Amino acid sequence: MATFFGEVVVAPSRAGLDEEEEAREETPEDREIRREIEKKRYRRRCARGEIDVLWTWKSGGRAEEPLVCSRFIVAIGRNAAAFLSSFILDSVCWEVVGVVKLWNEWCRTSSTTNVLPTDSFCLFYRLISDPTVLLCQCSCYVAEDQQFQWLEKVFGAMQKKGLQVTILSTCPVADYKTQESTLTLASPFLKALKTKEFQDQVCCPLLEQPNIVRDLPAA
Amino acid sequence: MFIPCDRGGGSAVPDFKDFTLLMPAVSVGNVGQLAIDLVISTLDMTKVGYFYTDCLVPMVGNNPYATAEENSTELSINAEVYFLPSKKLVVLQIRSPFIKNKYRPFCETLLSWVKSSKCARVVLLSSSHAYQRDDEQLLGTPLRYLLTPDLEKAVGGRMQELNWKEMEKVAAYPGISDTDKVLHIPGGGITKLLFTESCSKGIQMAVLLKFCSEGDNIPDAFVLVNYLNEWLQLIKSEVNPSSQWKIPSSWRLLFGNGLPPALF
Repeated sequence: MATFFGEVVVAPSRAGLDEEEEAREETPEDREIRREIEKKRYRRRCARGEIDVLWTWKSGGRAEEPLVCSRFIVAIGRNAAAFLSSFILDSVCWEVVGVVKLWNEWCRTSSTTNVLPTDSFCLFYRLISDPTVLLCQCSCYVAEDQQFQWLEKVFGAMQKKGLQVTILSTCPVADYKTQESTLTLASPFLKALKTKEFQDQVCCPLLEQPNIVRDLPAA
Repeated sequence: MFIPCDRGGGSAVPDFKDFTLLMPAVSVGNVGQLAIDLVISTLDMTKVGYFYTDCLVPMVGNNPYATAEENSTELSINAEVYFLPSKKLVVLQIRSPFIKNKYRPFCETLLSWVKSSKCARVVLLSSSHAYQRDDEQLLGTPLRYLLTPDLEKAVGGRMQELNWKEMEKVAAYPGISDTDKVLHIPGGGITKLLFTESCSKGIQMAVLLKFCSEGDNIPDAFVLVNYLNEWLQLIKSEVNPSSQWKIPSSWRLLFGNGLPPALF
């Protein structure tokens, strides 16, 4: 694309294209960078792309048995995780039953279960009085090439029959598409998306097009 | 990869044998995807399933083709399949970008699904960076086509009748005159990979593409969908064809919200 001053620049595309990278062969510099990253991965014992989900519940049966779960509440992002910490979680009624270990360019999850609100973490809790109620607090950013794996590893460990999943997350008001300006909108406000199998009453209006949800909440 | 929807009559896989698969490439200006939106919206196609894939960025929203309150609450995700038996047409819509290093796995899975569902041919709508055109391409029509050898035999003559222009090959090393000519589709996303794989697997594929730049690509989508219609005759085009295409409700607010009154 030619700019106003006559220079030619490569314009970034909304379609998220990086085909030149796909076709490019590795230069000696690339090889060196890749070797350094692999050395780092070996030290961390967790490759950049890989996710480890460690379940600590004592089911009494084999560890491979799926977790019986009737309700699964997932809070994604710092705000949603903070909501759960402030209003729902406490050490009397809930116990930690799992942790996700991952790292990417944006964050590395804490390796302990005793976390601070400023840490990046992804923990699973179970309601002691009803062990089929599970809660997940995921304040770390799960990169796009890790999201599918997160899903498979987390939901793969659960028995999904009769399972109701609730996902809590937040988005900036500035991203909300509406006819009026977002400056005059009364915020914060709630919107929901639901599958047709969800028969209960939803507590807020549904998210209208052209608004969408992406990343881990969408996955 | 393909998961059929439960349409009340069980989740039997619909029969796509001998159908034309129409799909977009995620390419510059998202023109292919916009054109597919017009096709699905105008022909009021029924969703029959989706692709369960780790190759695309996840996204979800409510029905982008909603026309009323009643049909606005069906969830819609990043790769969905629509069906119109009366025109033997099955359409795949892709709504998000590819994840890094996932072009090839997606192409391979897609083409093996095309083979297993026995689709007769694939039509890929795409686009390419307008600023990469050479002097000759700057003149005349910005629309191009490509056909795999298997489809060339079947419809090559029709393209001649329509006076369509085939996508030119370019020198592998620009500036050096006696070098090999190769296919180069800058900004075309998976277009070149899907096309070359289809050639080698004997799949009948046509690529229809438009040279364009990022910006307001709605006019480009109309031009591309009318180009497609010249060949496939999806809608009647005697009168002004552009007015026959129905813009989906999800195209609202493509360029942002209303302005705050306090600005003035």
